[in-house]
Amino acid sequence: MTRNTDLARLAESIFADSYEKDATGLDPAAWQACADAGLTTLTAPDTGGTLDDAAVLLEAAGAWAARVPLAETDLLGGWLARAAGLEVPDGPLTAVATRVPGGDPSPGTPGGVLTSDGPAVSGTLPRVPWGRSLAAVVVLDADRVLVLDPATAAVTEGANLAEEPRDTLAFSGTAPLATGTAPAGAGAELALRAALARALLLAGAARGALARSIGYAGERRQFGRPIGKFQAVQQMLAEAGAEVAAAAAASAAAARTAQAAGFAAPETLFAVAAAKARCGEAATVVARIAHQVHGAIGFTREHDLRLVTTRLWAWRDEDGNEAHWNDRVGALALDAGADGLWPLVTGRP
Amino acid sequence: MRLPELVPDPVELPAHLAELRAEVRSFLDAERAAGAWTPRADVWLSGWDPGFSRRLGERGWLGMTIPVEYGGHGRSALERYVVTEELLAAGAPVAAHWIADRQIGPSLLRFGTEEQRTAFLPGIARGEIYFGIGMSEPDSGSDLASVRTRAERVDGGWELTGTKVWTSGAHRAHAFFALVRTSPPDEANRHAGLSQLLVELDRPGIEIRPIPLLTGAHHFNEVRFDRVFIPDSRVFGEIGHGWAQVTGELAFERSGPERFLSTYPLLAALVGELTAQDGVDAGTRRRIGALVTRVWTLRNMSLAVAGALESGAAPELAAALVKDLGTRYENEIIDAARLLCAVPPDPGAEGGFARLLADSVLHAPGFTLRGGTNEVLRGIVARGMGLR
Repeated sequence: MTRNTDLARLAESIFADSYEKDATGLDPAAWQACADAGLTTLTAPDTGGTLDDAAVLLEAAGAWAARVPLAETDLLGGWLARAAGLEVPDGPLTAVATRVPGGDPSPGTPGGVLTSDGPAVSGTLPRVPWGRSLAAVVVLDADRVLVLDPATAAVTEGANLAEEPRDTLAFSGTAPLATGTAPAGAGAELALRAALARALLLAGAARGALARSIGYAGERRQFGRPIGKFQAVQQMLAEAGAEVAAAAAASAAAARTAQAAGFAAPETLFAVAAAKARCGEAATVVARIAHQVHGAIGFTREHDLRLVTTRLWAWRDEDGNEAHWNDRVGALALDAGADGLWPLVTGRP
Repeated sequence: MRLPELVPDPVELPAHLAELRAEVRSFLDAERAAGAWTPRADVWLSGWDPGFSRRLGERGWLGMTIPVEYGGHGRSALERYVVTEELLAAGAPVAAHWIADRQIGPSLLRFGTEEQRTAFLPGIARGEIYFGIGMSEPDSGSDLASVRTRAERVDGGWELTGTKVWTSGAHRAHAFFALVRTSPPDEANRHAGLSQLLVELDRPGIEIRPIPLLTGAHHFNEVRFDRVFIPDSRVFGEIGHGWAQVTGELAFERSGPERFLSTYPLLAALVGELTAQDGVDAGTRRRIGALVTRVWTLRNMSLAVAGALESGAAPELAAALVKDLGTRYENEIIDAARLLCAVPPDPGAEGGFARLLADSVLHAPGFTLRGGTNEVLRGIVARGMGLR
């Protein structure tokens, strides 16, 4: 398969043009550019876009620390509304799952609780990604899907380590914009979609951190020569390179598996779980090495290295950390047993 | 900001390979059921079994990428990849044919004369002709350009004098390619003046001395040449082009599944030991998960490199990354096995977990050395990333 290089170029040019190291929150100009280019609905059924395309886009978004909720809008909110037979609202979206007693909430995203009074709902959704800027939040609440307008909620602004909005939305007697029935397995699929998207963003942020470190090592001089000429620094950056390559390969393979087999397939659960765990592990190593190479300047707000390393630290814990997903992989491996392990790794023939 | 390109595009294995994979698996199952061999760790060093190699040859699973006219099977690199990874994961004894099949065949096709191809390729594909590697020397490890074995021009050929070390299976192999100096060293261009000769190991003047492994097994050798005559017909490729030829061979050598599967049979045995217990705690489950996550990732990276090689690219940087990450991973399995399953390693056991653990521990130092040390590989990566 040849990756979509036209798409990669388009995405990088949008993200590079809108790159602004001191801004936070949603970037309206970048969002509009993405919407005009069709990138906010890349995997909608009538566009012909695939998850492999989404992988290319999200990897670029991660590398440039783009301040646009592309994954949340296209892969999560848009998908969930459509899966419930609802019209997909225009503008930035996200999807969250509420906590169901005895159920499995989306890992790493604290599920809220909603109560109903006739058509109106009340309750709190904590740490909703981009909450303050959304046109709608699509909520998976047990076996129903609600489309809610954040403008009708009391918003308490919050953030993750990268200063990305993670807001608490409190609804009180709000009528949903739309209500539908969730398809079977929607909760599991939502968790996998979120983990896949996050893995791709992590792979991109890791590559962005490596690129900045390679650039810096070529400029910064110590003891009379660029620090990149020192073997010790080269060895560290090569180790980071291996982690970046692993994250890229794992996340791309998971996207390909999901595209080929669908999210309900057991091999997709395995691949996405492995990818999120591996990308989380890579994030730790790459962020550590990037800061070591940058010295004290990278430890400051004035340097843009923080845009990617804080995302590596934030995203490795969002949508399920390494412990969560390695546990899932480990359980699958132990179920498979000694003889079934290799077929699990290679994909069932 | 320029983003570095580190791995080639991902590869999708064509659907028909599932059939081939199933055939290999049922062949291996039948062999194991018949007790033909016991799964071992690091089989491309430890498992020399000419009978097994010939049985693979009969099934068409050696020389797979060699054209039919030379006795091969004209199949793709990805088909060969599938067969190879199945053999390694099963811990099957592949050492006898390993080097001939992996790198000598492709090299003969690229650089060999018609006569050399006809003389060696059919036997390689049948699993009957075995090769070693004659690159390293006592004072040159990863610094291959420092080789000192010398070939002097004589009537009708070359006369070889010097010593090669770490030659796998030289005492049982039929031949190897020796990287030799055909003109005096030039400090300004260290890669110049090197050539490759195809040395049949039964020529007069060759002395082969064993260098036992930590396990006591005889695999490595020191090979001494005392004015050994090599006819012109056994010059391999072009005189003076040895360095470029060897670099091509190393790309095949560095990124294959053997760079992360040496201890895979131990991981499978560990999972077997754990599933036999009542209940596994969360920490253990996560550690197993992390190991499986890693092998799955490495396989995807290695397949991407195989796909690039197939399309004619030479992804030197990606190959070095796979080898660095993969060989460190092979060691991670050993530590997990030791700590999660308190069974003392037993080098005298017939097989099973204790024997796999013992062999893995004693073979482990080699993983991060052979084919270029990890530190040297990281230098290649640094150069590829524009730092040198």
